[in-house]
Amino acid sequence: MGEDRKTPLYDEHVALGASMTPFGGWLMPLRYTSDLAEHRAVREAAGLFDLSHMGNINVTGPDAAAFLDHALVGYISKVREMGARYSMICAEDGSVLDDLIVYHHAPGEYSVIANAANAELVLGKLQERTAGFDVVLKDVQPGQALIAVQGPRAVEIMLATAGLVEDAEISGGTAFADLKYYACMGMRFQGEPLLVGRTGYTGEDGFELWVPADRAVALWRALLGAGEPLGLVPAGLSARDSLRLEAGMPLYGHELDTTTTPFEAGMGRVVRLDKVSDDGTPVPFVGRDALAARKESAPARVLVGLRGEGRRPARADYEVVLRGAGAEPGAPVGRVTSGAPSPTLGYPIAMAYVTPEVSAEGTELAVDVRGRAEPFVVVPMPFYRRPQN
Amino acid sequence: MADFPENLKYTTEHEWLDGSTPAVIGVTDVAAEALGDVVYLELPEVGATIEAGSVVGEIESTKSVSELYSPVSGTVTEVNTEAVDNPEVVNQDPYGKGWLFKVEVSGTGELLTAAEYAQHTGS
Repeated sequence: MGEDRKTPLYDEHVALGASMTPFGGWLMPLRYTSDLAEHRAVREAAGLFDLSHMGNINVTGPDAAAFLDHALVGYISKVREMGARYSMICAEDGSVLDDLIVYHHAPGEYSVIANAANAELVLGKLQERTAGFDVVLKDVQPGQALIAVQGPRAVEIMLATAGLVEDAEISGGTAFADLKYYACMGMRFQGEPLLVGRTGYTGEDGFELWVPADRAVALWRALLGAGEPLGLVPAGLSARDSLRLEAGMPLYGHELDTTTTPFEAGMGRVVRLDKVSDDGTPVPFVGRDALAARKESAPARVLVGLRGEGRRPARADYEVVLRGAGAEPGAPVGRVTSGAPSPTLGYPIAMAYVTPEVSAEGTELAVDVRGRAEPFVVVPMPFYRRPQN
Repeated sequence: MADFPENLKYTTEHEWLDGSTPAVIGVTDVAAEALGDVVYLELPEVGATIEAGSVVGEIESTKSVSELYSPVSGTVTEVNTEAVDNPEVVNQDPYGKGWLFKVEVSGTGELLTAAEYAQHTGS
């Protein structure tokens, strides 16, 4: 194992008093002050995240769209320019290698954003799948930083950030005021172009900004300076995890892995068996046959949301059981993939894979929390949905 | 900054106890800091007989759960129900409002002075 890498913002985190933790081969801020305070700030005002550890692979060339239709399960050629799409890369057997966001940020040019721990694998798999396509892949993660502003006050903060301006020349045809959720645009910071996506992983409105490494500290400070009077706080991985869990978003290594297909994870909608190429023939994308078969067969397990009726939270890898007599755990029916006390809702929440017979909403189950059965009930996800205005 | 009051005794498992009768027991600010925000406390029952060094409860934070050890043997006389209802006091005031339980002491395990504990934690 090599040493954990540091992002261009490492010194900022240390100066802010962050507890740093190894994550996906990187040394990242776990929390700055309090997980709960950071979580609540994102729900009520905004949080600032360093996501520079995420993999970023640039795909260019005349066949870029057709290549991504072949290599990923999504219908990427349908993503309009300056649009973004949540997708997955699967193996031939339909298992999930990673979940990704694809940005179509220039004509014939795409960015594939991968999880840090999978970035190398994704690049390798994509490279393997380029045979026959006129495309060039480039790992553009080194030399870049990714900063996210997430929360109901994110728009105000972006508008108040010194040096961050719109420029119709590079915007891609969108004004910041009109930037839609899951779309992106070009902006300038201190004169340098940067890509801004209205995307995130918290269940709130927000933006993700790719900035050259040498401007990362300046942008981080400018965003903090503009945002602090509005309630913005730097937020760590711990808050990011509880935020995404409340929002019912899967985390690779927990809800998704190489033993899982998108269908079991309740993400079948990302698999586009209806993809056709320019000549109207179905696209034989990697994993298609296995996924087509899987779609038709009954799953052995399904991902559900669980709400705790007591106060003790369930954690990843705890067994889901039938309710037995009293505190005695009943027969096992599944396993928790993520679990925590929900800061916003005030009760424990969890995601778990369970057998289909016990997956219906309202089913009363229990989780074996270190030898004691704690009552949980199956509920729809997301656990938390932001108020719409 | 870690803070270890001189009048308390400490354990390597990051509990503290004072010299009163019954003795008041809690966790140190090093433990509170390492745990992150405490969200759930499982404390021993009043009247329970406990052994020094044995697991008597759980402290659960947003991210993790750790076991609570008793620094002394004896009988539990009181638990801090206010901390059970508002576990964040363990982070806010670990040596005051965040105390956990009281014990009528019959014997002690290995205890450290503030200076020894500071050395143990590398503070």
